[in-house]
Amino acid sequence: MDRDAFRSQLRTFIAQNLLYSAETELDDSASLLASGLIDSTGAMELIAHVEATVDRTFDDSDLVASNFDSIDRIVAFAVPAEG
Amino acid sequence: MIWAIRHRGPDGFGIYRDQHAGLVHARLAIVDLAGGAQPLADQQGASWIVFNGEIFNHRQLRSELQGLGYQFHTASDTEVVVNAFDAWGMDCFGRFNGQWAFALWNRHDRRLLLSRDPTGICPLYVREHNGSVSFASEVKALLADPDAPRAFDPRGIDQTLTYWGAIAPITPYKGVEELRPGSYRLYTMAGRTDGMHWSPEYPPSIPQFRGSLDDASDELRRRLIIASQLRVSSADVPVAAYLSGGLDSSVIALLGHGASRGPFSTYSIRFDDEEFDEGFYQRMVVARLDSVHHELRVSRRDIAAAFPDAVWHAERPVLRTAAAPMFLLSKAVRESGVKAVLTGEGADEVLAGYDLFREARIRAFWARRPDSPVRPMLFDRIYPYLAHSTPRARGMVHAFWKVGLDQAGQPGFSHAPRWRSAAALKRFYAAPFSAAVAAAAPPDHLDSLPPSFSTWSSLSQAQYLELTTLLSPYILSSQGDRQLLANGVEGRFPFLDRDIIDFCNSLPDSYKLSGLNEKHVLKRMAADIVPREILERKKQPYRAPDAVCFFGSKAPDYVRDLMSERAVADSGVFEPRAVTALVSKMERLAADPIKPATTADNMAMVAILSVQLLRHHLLTTPPTPPAGQLAFDVDVSFLSDSSPEH
Repeated sequence: MDRDAFRSQLRTFIAQNLLYSAETELDDSASLLASGLIDSTGAMELIAHVEATVDRTFDDSDLVASNFDSIDRIVAFAVPAEG
Repeated sequence: MIWAIRHRGPDGFGIYRDQHAGLVHARLAIVDLAGGAQPLADQQGASWIVFNGEIFNHRQLRSELQGLGYQFHTASDTEVVVNAFDAWGMDCFGRFNGQWAFALWNRHDRRLLLSRDPTGICPLYVREHNGSVSFASEVKALLADPDAPRAFDPRGIDQTLTYWGAIAPITPYKGVEELRPGSYRLYTMAGRTDGMHWSPEYPPSIPQFRGSLDDASDELRRRLIIASQLRVSSADVPVAAYLSGGLDSSVIALLGHGASRGPFSTYSIRFDDEEFDEGFYQRMVVARLDSVHHELRVSRRDIAAAFPDAVWHAERPVLRTAAAPMFLLSKAVRESGVKAVLTGEGADEVLAGYDLFREARIRAFWARRPDSPVRPMLFDRIYPYLAHSTPRARGMVHAFWKVGLDQAGQPGFSHAPRWRSAAALKRFYAAPFSAAVAAAAPPDHLDSLPPSFSTWSSLSQAQYLELTTLLSPYILSSQGDRQLLANGVEGRFPFLDRDIIDFCNSLPDSYKLSGLNEKHVLKRMAADIVPREILERKKQPYRAPDAVCFFGSKAPDYVRDLMSERAVADSGVFEPRAVTALVSKMERLAADPIKPATTADNMAMVAILSVQLLRHHLLTTPPTPPAGQLAFDVDVSFLSDSSPEH
């Protein structure tokens, strides 16, 4: 899956499962934790979705805010730039 | 109006009326069963009172007043209140040790005094309209007036979705005010005066206790014994106890038993869900007490069935279902013939028992070295599941707690994670409701802190915020007084005795929260009273199964009806499609035992459903309880003096 497709799919997942609204705008750089959109249990739901989407299992040590606290960060971590 | 709150006082009714005022009372007879009927007048027939609650030191005050020449015609505490105000004016509140809400009307001066106890155990609501004033113990009595507005106050809803409760005087209802805990309000022909007669204070605003931990333990025991005795011996009916299986209720049940003259009853909730059940510990305390023990077993289905009643009585949005089992428990208590119970409520507030206080301490420690990978590991100490069951979650859990770490030392730092999680529910607001909230500009509680707040320790600051945002606005309102009196049972809370609060507030922080050991001095005090297992067990907050109760093949019909797009649109608070998406997701999860709902989704489901229930039952004409229309079949036991004034 390329980055743009992944980003689009991730945005849809967040809109449907965390925001519950396609109309609320969410900045791709906004902190999901600081906005209250995910708490500790919600974070696991999000991570499980990302793992299923990219068909990989992440190391526990990678499950940190610097990789999962915004759409931009998740995209950069889950679909690394080629080359 | 009185029919709407007859559950609070099913033992008798009384009415007073003159040219300018009317007082109506529904009585729960606990003190002076024969002579305590209300409304009650002073000796001259000038002042009339309706009074809810009890002044536990009324016998002592009666002696003092008799020394001043006052004569008494009943054995009730109500008459003590009337004469105490006559003798001491506003200073009388400082002499009361009790829980109360009352209205005192002087027909000669046309003066109305309203007052409420220090921590807001007994409720009191007011509505001003067209130059007149209505007041009642519950909102539903005010809404029984066909002319009352029937709409949510966006400020009250919005505060609830931050602090968990609307902060008095704001309520979730337009045109309805709540009298602040610890306050009074005086209406005279010249206008209205509001004042506080009590508010929490901490060192250095009050002198700090200078004794050792053992001294503090001895003093706490002495005061708790007195507080328990007052709450047992002042009643003319048997007083029982709630027993959760935790430290606080165990201590209170044991002390209450000691003060009781006859057989002592205890009542416990058992959950079918093992995760929430505390039966093992409850039975351990019962074995020591040798009490007449009653267990009420509660299933998810029971919770779903009782939830509309619990919300009807809470009269506010709730974020958890825990009110429903409390409603069922008080029903069982009343059916067994008991109408007063002791509970351990208040200990977590006055002795820093909640996890929130420990979380705040870890976050403050972490904030001094935000890059430390070791400091956040302390969360494992208060949440052992982090270290054992779900190691994968640890990184993001730590990330959750790290948000706002740079705000350490600022007011509200302790409560920011809780408030942030609740405030996330606002994303469900319908756009017009969001606009109404913005226009109404709900006050920020942090803007109304007392001047001395900044001089208190960070633990004291957190305790103050817990007392003022959660204890009365949520815990006592949704799970305490309202669920107890829903079935005519009065709760009595020794830890909320004024002498206990004042003493605990004076203690050094380390006597309350020693490192990460909560309620340190209480554990010391209880070491030779409660079983060791109770003392050493991990604190388990009272919780019940949440959103899962509302789904599955046995789900009650009202859930689907009230969460439908049409019903949600009709309420105007939440966005219908967002709620539909939430409900669809919860239905999917409920069918999958492997995937539990997240904390945030659980909270959203319960909060939205409770708002829908309030809209459907309370904001109708007239308010219509879930069980059906209440008939106006009140038998008035007597009519008071209604002669016109001269």
